[in-house]
Amino acid sequence: MTKPEDFYALEKPIAALKEQIDALLLAGEPGFKEKVAALRLEIETEWQKLQPRLIPSQIVQVARHPKRPLTLEYINALMTDFMEMHGDRRFGDDPALVAGLAFYKGQTVAVMGHQKGRTTRERIDRNFGQMNPEGYRKAYRVFREAEKFGFPVITFIDTQGAYPGIGAEERGQAEAIAFNLKVMSGLRVPIVCVIIGEGGSGGALGIGVGDQILMLENAYYSVISPEGCAAILWKDQSAVQQAAENLHIRAADLLKLGVIDKIIPEPPGGAHIDPETTFKNTDKIVHQTLTKLKAKTADDLVDERYAKFRKMGVYVVS
Amino acid sequence: MSSLWTRCNNCQRILYKEDILDNHSVCPECAFHFRLSASEWLAMLYDDGQFDVCDHEIKPQDPLNFVDSQPYHKRLADNQRKTSLPEAVVNGLGTIGGMRVAVSALDFAFMGGSMGSVVGEKITRAAERALAEKIPFIIVSCSGGARMQEGALSLMQMVKTSAALGRLEKAGLPFFSVLADPTTGGVTASFAMLGNLNIAEPNALIGFAGPRVIEQTIKEKLPKGFQRSEFLLSHGMIDEVVPRKNLRPYLVRALRLFLNKSA
Repeated sequence: MTKPEDFYALEKPIAALKEQIDALLLAGEPGFKEKVAALRLEIETEWQKLQPRLIPSQIVQVARHPKRPLTLEYINALMTDFMEMHGDRRFGDDPALVAGLAFYKGQTVAVMGHQKGRTTRERIDRNFGQMNPEGYRKAYRVFREAEKFGFPVITFIDTQGAYPGIGAEERGQAEAIAFNLKVMSGLRVPIVCVIIGEGGSGGALGIGVGDQILMLENAYYSVISPEGCAAILWKDQSAVQQAAENLHIRAADLLKLGVIDKIIPEPPGGAHIDPETTFKNTDKIVHQTLTKLKAKTADDLVDERYAKFRKMGVYVVS
Repeated sequence: MSSLWTRCNNCQRILYKEDILDNHSVCPECAFHFRLSASEWLAMLYDDGQFDVCDHEIKPQDPLNFVDSQPYHKRLADNQRKTSLPEAVVNGLGTIGGMRVAVSALDFAFMGGSMGSVVGEKITRAAERALAEKIPFIIVSCSGGARMQEGALSLMQMVKTSAALGRLEKAGLPFFSVLADPTTGGVTASFAMLGNLNIAEPNALIGFAGPRVIEQTIKEKLPKGFQRSEFLLSHGMIDEVVPRKNLRPYLVRALRLFLNKSA
């Protein structure tokens, strides 16, 4: 089987147009707005040609794009006064997860998300957004604070998966994730989860149980990475494309399966081409979602959340 | 070799099959624990080997039309034929030490005991049945994790089962997790680690990531005994390592203590 083209090669014309936009914005000369608008239209035209042709393994590349907006950028764009909370009070602090309190639309929320890092240095320091048990336990601490003080919880999901390391196993990676699943299922405040990039298996799910699961149009969410699946089921690393297709990892697939509740549209070219619009779209849907959830009683929230996950799965009774 | 004899996978000794069966499928020479089927687990744990089977009518589908080296629906049919089971878990209901208990046992012979929609649904139903009847719940895990062929639907079973156990806990009903070799991935990262007691068989492989994945990630050899029951015990992740012959009495005592019923 021939290897499909990299998304990074396919997006070159769009990336070039985006560079022109950036240059115009930087220079800020008279008439730049019209020129930018015209370039945006060109991007849209290019994207309309490209998007329908993208296969799942290329969507995974969009979701992993090095320029794709990261959790902290969403927090800074949507919220104010973010105060980060560190540490699990048991072992350490996990820089792969940022968590804390912030104001969203004038109200305190607990917010958290995987943070992959942008520069090489930061990526290494943040373990590429792959959490260790102390990260899940830090999240747990913040969930409890949110519940105590009645703050809604917003989580941003963007990870390849929980970290598979010796220390992670020694400190109970599985228990840390399992415990959060149980706690989030019963938490007596609204929880909105937003899958912004990579929804990597249990590592994503460990902060991914909510009343509403929102997902960026070009994010992916999967039980296993396409690479991992290819290695196990096909015993062939080049089967990534088939694995990605079979796993049904795109937002539209997951909406149909009932795994997610709503898709957040991305601007032409993907989130990284126009982060401002991405944040605006995200803000709008998160706000709508949270407004509806805040009208519910804690008992209703917990019952409806249970019922929502309770009905997931496909089987027959015969 | 005659069907009366078998070889121990561990010490390689040739053994008389009856001797192994009389010894709870544990090698009389080296104490290697042979893997049990779900039905064998239930028969071993319940009083006089007697129990009712529940939820047998729940059967799997192929919601993603998943095809790897063979189509998933064919894989399911083959495994059903091979194991005579509809899926990778059997739900039982009966008494242990005279106390009524729901027990779910995973069967590794059915697609590695993996959890797809049916395993998630059946575990959840068993937990809800325990809740309705106000009785304790025990799961015997033996599983490679979430079933890839049902994609994110399998992942969601982790939430569904953990949420059901959360309700059991809220109602003050005990849940014990018995971990057999191997228990990894999405099963460990959901119900298998949520017991009021987590109990493992000796030398069982228990972990989140598989040892090969970890080795490839860190590019180092793993320490001896890594991710084995005794390793988990020393790291505070499980309550006890219990040899199979002691398991039933152990569970009877645990049930009595948690239910506040002295003998």
